[in-house]
Amino acid sequence: MYPAPFRYHRVETVKEASRLLRELGEESRVIAGGQSLIPLMKMRLARPADLIDINRIPDLDVISRKNGELRFGALARHADIENSEIAAVIPLLRDCAAGIADVQVRNQGTIGGSLAEADPASDWCAALLALETSVHCVGGAGERVLALPDFLKDAYTTTLAHDELVQEVAVKVPQKNSGGSYVAFKRSAPVYPSASAAVQLTLADKNTCREIRIVIGCVGLTAIRAREAERELSGRALTAENIRAAGEAARGAAEPQGDLRGSADYKRALVAALVRRAIGIAARRARGETVPGGHLYAGR
Amino acid sequence: MPGAESSELVKVRVRVNGEPREGRVEPRTLLVDFLREHLNLTGTHIGCDTTYCGACTVILNGRAVKSCTLFAVMADGGEIITVEGLARDHTLHPIQEAFAECHGLQCGYCTPGMLMSTLNLLTRTPKPTDAQIRKDIAGNTCRCTGYQNIFKAVRAASAAMQKD
Repeated sequence: MYPAPFRYHRVETVKEASRLLRELGEESRVIAGGQSLIPLMKMRLARPADLIDINRIPDLDVISRKNGELRFGALARHADIENSEIAAVIPLLRDCAAGIADVQVRNQGTIGGSLAEADPASDWCAALLALETSVHCVGGAGERVLALPDFLKDAYTTTLAHDELVQEVAVKVPQKNSGGSYVAFKRSAPVYPSASAAVQLTLADKNTCREIRIVIGCVGLTAIRAREAERELSGRALTAENIRAAGEAARGAAEPQGDLRGSADYKRALVAALVRRAIGIAARRARGETVPGGHLYAGR
Repeated sequence: MPGAESSELVKVRVRVNGEPREGRVEPRTLLVDFLREHLNLTGTHIGCDTTYCGACTVILNGRAVKSCTLFAVMADGGEIITVEGLARDHTLHPIQEAFAECHGLQCGYCTPGMLMSTLNLLTRTPKPTDAQIRKDIAGNTCRCTGYQNIFKAVRAASAAMQKD
């Protein structure tokens, strides 16, 4: 399969990429890892006239910790984040990074590209909404910092202007008595999940939840913050009954479409189960336990 | 000007299995087609052509990638290892030996990708656990073997490479 022809441009700076996007107009696009864009181009669902390759921009893949935040350059590959000791301070991030597609795709796909693509089934969009995440953007109008909820607008749609690029993704490091987890269910490694859940909670005491964020993915046009589910646990005891109630509230917040990965009802049931599981892992981690999380696969 | 009907050719220079190679290609040329059609390295296979099956896996700058999901021009200046780079002087690589010994293949179509993913794994993790093996070959699909002999082959290759 061949994409439609295009012109290729390689840039050395984010500003140069922005300038080219402006000059070349609406039919130009940025390529980072290309793990979503190239398949779309091969199926001719995307036909950019010009591709601007940002992979050679120096230091755009750096992962660092500064002022209580983890900072991910837009070109940080999923595999870089999976294996990063700096990123390991937030276990939810590793849960997510380590199960995106397969090794080969994780070696190439980027965190900035995932957010800019805003796929409804994106692992990163759901995972990062459970944390305090901001997106640093650079464009013709200068630089701006957007909270992730303000960046993600709709399915495959962000608030980025045409000549604007993601430069960095910043995630606030949660406090000590906080724990999180990301759990996604997949039919096989290379595909998107059928449904996913991201949870970050802070304990008031060993068995009481002070604050919680619950996000569900793949069951709506964007990842959904399940606020009704959060209310079931915020300021309350982490009992099996309350956790079940949160799962049911998340089921109610889901707006899935039936497709090859399952019927709408199946996905609602799945998301309730994933939320319960993610809360359980998050709570144990908040208490200081080391617990595995991440992607689950059918038949294993 | 809509579209780019006569897209200009771009130069791609890479090192493949240690040898400098170059070609002039359309920007839309996929890395796998560059290897197979321009460099005549047909060991790398095209299976699904949709980023699923991993038959086209090669090592680019030390990392396994699906060469059907990368434009050749993006690899410009890079170091590539393909399945042709495994054997030396008509002697099979220990990974190839292990796949042959353990019968880690039947039709052999997926095998080049399996071998390259195994190389990627064992280079980083010389003694992988079963879980690590599972995780690392999850991006490679085999329709024949049921994978058990592939697991055995990866374990055997790991053991053989420890000895070397």
